[in-house]
Amino acid sequence: MNERLWGILIDAFPKLLMYGIEVTVPLTILSFALALIISVIVALIQYADVKVLRQICRFYIWIVRGTPLLVQLYLVFYGLPSLGIVLDAFPTAVLVFGLNEGAYMAESVRGALEAVPKGQVEAGYCVRMSYLQIMVHIVLPQAFRIAFPALSNSLISMVKGTSLAASITVMEMFRQAQVINGRVYESLGLYSEVALIYLMFCTILTALQHWGEKKLGSYGGVK
Amino acid sequence: MMLEVKNVHKSFHGREVLKGIDLTVDKGDVVAILGPSGSGKTTLLRCINYLERAEQGELIFDGEHFDMRLASKADVTRMRKKTAFVFQNYNLFLNKTVLQNVTLGLTAGSRMKRDEARTVAIQALERVGMADRLESYPSQLSGGQQQRVAIARGLASNPEIIYFDEPTSALDPELIGEVLSVMRQLAEEGMTMLVVTHEMDFARNVSSKVLFMEDGKVIESGPSKEFFANPKEERSRAFINTILADRR
Repeated sequence: MNERLWGILIDAFPKLLMYGIEVTVPLTILSFALALIISVIVALIQYADVKVLRQICRFYIWIVRGTPLLVQLYLVFYGLPSLGIVLDAFPTAVLVFGLNEGAYMAESVRGALEAVPKGQVEAGYCVRMSYLQIMVHIVLPQAFRIAFPALSNSLISMVKGTSLAASITVMEMFRQAQVINGRVYESLGLYSEVALIYLMFCTILTALQHWGEKKLGSYGGVK
Repeated sequence: MMLEVKNVHKSFHGREVLKGIDLTVDKGDVVAILGPSGSGKTTLLRCINYLERAEQGELIFDGEHFDMRLASKADVTRMRKKTAFVFQNYNLFLNKTVLQNVTLGLTAGSRMKRDEARTVAIQALERVGMADRLESYPSQLSGGQQQRVAIARGLASNPEIIYFDEPTSALDPELIGEVLSVMRQLAEEGMTMLVVTHEMDFARNVSSKVLFMEDGKVIESGPSKEFFANPKEERSRAFINTILADRR
């Protein structure tokens, strides 16, 4: 490798990392928080079999899982303004990533809720607990433990997914790499560098996942 | 009379499982519900505790009348204050310790203070010989131990009657004895119990009454001793003989 390239990469690293920490990370956290809220609500509606709302949830999941994320971003950012709905790029990204991943996570959470043996719910009723108490004390804690690996998966996938926000002008880490590359034409080097930073972020999250799984335990070890 | 049900009807997907069952339980009775698989025993018990909704039937509990089809949520909760249910698969709360399994119903369900619930729970666990495993999780216990904790969970709320749904059917043979001996002890203490079971020794030696069901109907009911010594109905006789023959 020549010295010019080294210089460019070393120069770019702090800039890229800064955009990663200041934009990619908050974008991920906000989108994931939104996705988590949506997924729990959508999963609970289906678990409790709430009429009508249940149909709406299935419709939402059907639409979101059946269309590409990139198309959804374009639709909201470039399409909705024709209807008079204009959103800034960053909120658009949070909204679309949240709605998109929320649909997948809703299925993970629903599966986890359904994996908690129904007999425990009946036992809860027999000791006069209310539905809400049974959910809070019995079903949700166990479901959270079951869903945790799948939710970690979604989070890690979302970190990388945020790079798509570059396509709707959000100045995040990948967009910054494109901008720098536009000046210096070192695609291989710069895109490898930005890939490495994503890898770094995801490695940290993977470690956090393992730590979290240990922390959550498995109620006595046998699972 | 503590509990009486009249003319209970229930069907699943158009197939009638209970075809007009009558049953009475007096205070201190231990009633064994016997019958071949598929006779509707478990469904009857689940209808009595409203885990299933009967399509028709009347339930009289402590002099209070309930329509089994229409009983409101409040009715069901009020009735469950006086009852406990022990499941075939124990159904302990897997994310809770032994102690928490027993206290949760008291603190959440019956709004008892934490300290008091703890004391009551430990007393109940002592009765079933599980007070030395307070901090264990269900997954760390044998089936017999789990079932004893489940019985303690029921006992803790000081019920007037305990329903048992095949309490030993999921257990390995060597673990059945410990659960039956707890049940026998409860019977000796005068606890009213309604027990769906396949344990003939229990039915014969511990229970005071037998209700023999087949095909969704009561074939015969009466004192246990009479039922086993001198069954009136041909089908009861056949059932007893099959069970005894199996054991040889």
